[in-house]
Amino acid sequence: MKKLLSIFLIILITSSLSACSWNDPQATSDDGVFKVTMVPDLGGINDQSFNQSAWEGLQKFKSEQQNVEVSYMESKQSSDFALNLDRLSDGNYDLIWGIGFSMSDAVYDTAKINLDKNYAIVDYSYGNETPNNVTGVMFRSQESAFMVGYVAAKTTKTNKIGFVGGMKNSIIYQFEYGFKAGVLYAAKEMGKGIEVVSQYAESFTDAAKGKAIASKMYSDDCDVVFHAAGGVGYGVIEAAKDKNKFAIGVDRDQSSIAPDNVLTSALKNVGQAVDLVSKRIMNGESLGGTTQTFGLKEGCVGIPVKNKNMDPQIYNETIRLSQSIVDGNIKINNKEITIPYDYPSYLEYISTFS
Amino acid sequence: MEKAAKILKKPITSTLIAVVCGFLIAGVIIALMGYSPMEALGLLIKGVFSRPKYIFKVIEKSTPLILTGVSVAFAFRTGLFNIGAEGQYIVGSVAATVVGIKLSFPPIIQIPVVIFAGILAGAIFGVIVGFLKARFGIHEVITGIMLNWVALYLCNFVVNSHEFNKPSNSKTYSINQSGYTTILYNWKSSKAGIEFLRNNKWLSDILLKTDVNVGFLVAILVAVLVWFMLNKTTIGFGVRAVGLNPFAAEFAGIGVKRHITTTMAISGSICGLAAALTITGTSPHGLYLLTMFENVGFNGLFVALIAGSSPISCIFSGLFFGGLIYGGNSIQSGLGVPSEIINITIGTILFFVALTKVVPEIANRLAKRRENNA
Repeated sequence: MKKLLSIFLIILITSSLSACSWNDPQATSDDGVFKVTMVPDLGGINDQSFNQSAWEGLQKFKSEQQNVEVSYMESKQSSDFALNLDRLSDGNYDLIWGIGFSMSDAVYDTAKINLDKNYAIVDYSYGNETPNNVTGVMFRSQESAFMVGYVAAKTTKTNKIGFVGGMKNSIIYQFEYGFKAGVLYAAKEMGKGIEVVSQYAESFTDAAKGKAIASKMYSDDCDVVFHAAGGVGYGVIEAAKDKNKFAIGVDRDQSSIAPDNVLTSALKNVGQAVDLVSKRIMNGESLGGTTQTFGLKEGCVGIPVKNKNMDPQIYNETIRLSQSIVDGNIKINNKEITIPYDYPSYLEYISTFS
Repeated sequence: MEKAAKILKKPITSTLIAVVCGFLIAGVIIALMGYSPMEALGLLIKGVFSRPKYIFKVIEKSTPLILTGVSVAFAFRTGLFNIGAEGQYIVGSVAATVVGIKLSFPPIIQIPVVIFAGILAGAIFGVIVGFLKARFGIHEVITGIMLNWVALYLCNFVVNSHEFNKPSNSKTYSINQSGYTTILYNWKSSKAGIEFLRNNKWLSDILLKTDVNVGFLVAILVAVLVWFMLNKTTIGFGVRAVGLNPFAAEFAGIGVKRHITTTMAISGSICGLAAALTITGTSPHGLYLLTMFENVGFNGLFVALIAGSSPISCIFSGLFFGGLIYGGNSIQSGLGVPSEIINITIGTILFFVALTKVVPEIANRLAKRRENNA
């Protein structure tokens, strides 16, 4: 035991001697290389969803620019977020990304004590309390949800549509209420009544639960189901395949999972935004302390160009609709509207119909 | 030859051989993947020792591992395999968080109350396993694994509940600040504190960028106490007797059933303590939504295994394991090695540690051969 202790102490002492000479890296490395790194959410960079999209965005950024280096550091558990961000802050990175709102506190705390580093976070806005070295990146996902809602309403034959959410939070509400608003918009346009059934799976990973919920919806006469539920969505699409009905994908073009049963997808192109913001910060724009939102206009949300299960006429109508969303002149009863992103704004939206 | 055999028979030797073999095989795997193993080893060592901050972070990361290790080691002495450590750890953190958010006393009351809540919750989960084993003979691995899931979903229920969920976040609020055991928390999160520390290279590295807390000292104290209890008290004697041979123990008049329940209660409470110290000591001072197990309890099994079920050795194996996990991340960012490779490396080392029983066997063979030759 004594020997073990002495060995341990020797290691500790020699190593702390060598530790005397560490240096805090310069704020912006003057080596002419712009180094960007990211900490993905727990799904990791091969999650077929937004983490992967973010990493693809950084790789695109690297391939299009000169003198750029990109890297990532995955976390095994949520408590690793802060550790990893801290470790990356010791390196000479010019920009550090946190992907996903679960990292909001970790990014905030790290940014507060490393004032000379730049950070950016996806899917979170600190509002007025955004530190000067943090850029928030938000998406107007309600715009793409509105479009797929419109498509779903135009496609349904049973006049009953389903929505499966992952977990209740502001990000998923954007999808739910944007979708419902789109359905309502199309229903009014056609003079029909269309019902939307919505249910939450309380998970982002439980595909079996997604399949159970969607199967129930399809047996209850829904013929189109939209999901905003990450991994749960695989179950939803699986159920659509079994019952030969339509599902609508999310985040990425999910038609490859079930080519005959995915009607379209509500795209949320995290990578595009990561690429755009990295580019702007590299070019010296100071975005710190602000929250940037990305939507149809910036090409960060929308629907895929190829939708083999969709009626081409509906596609054309939807694209026309999306153009008026971009131009900001989408009207109901001659009143301009904003697409709802949560429950209060949805109530306001409904009131414009009466 | 005899000397070599003697050295080989010492448990510490076989553990060290196992660790070295583990590193060698891991190095081969890394080399096969096309990365330089020496560079990876260098990054690992640098990632743990190159800054005082890293050493403190490793200590921080190791604290719960040491305690769950001690907990598992203690149960193992009674012949119980406490795989439920993970669940006991999770309920401990749930209880500590709930109590820490709901109550607001001055630190001198708040800290003990929060920590006691964690210990109690862990103990209750331990007792359930112990009682079912003692009364009905239901295997502790089965009940332990089941209760792990109960704990996981209980945690997610609390995180999702309206009462505790931090809006637009997948976690709970932090506990009230009076429950923090982080050293100098108030001062170092104030503006003046940050300003002062920023100008001092050493202090800022140790204090500002880490959650230095009392947990590590408590962990050492608990390890020593458990060692003392096992070796110097009547309860400890009973525990060891039951572990070595339950039938003989019963024959000698030692209450086997009572000891099984007591052991699991103590084992569970140590896990609960580990959790409560983590909640009070390190950010985010609350619960995250768990999509899978965080492995603090499961890693405790490995810590106890490497330590050969000795509570004192758990301190060192806990530090070793914590360093491996924390330093492993710098290999990933430095070399771009996928995180799976780091996990394989850790797995390989553990695999070899599990094989350590082979080493004394070899020593025996050596000794025998010598006898035959003579």
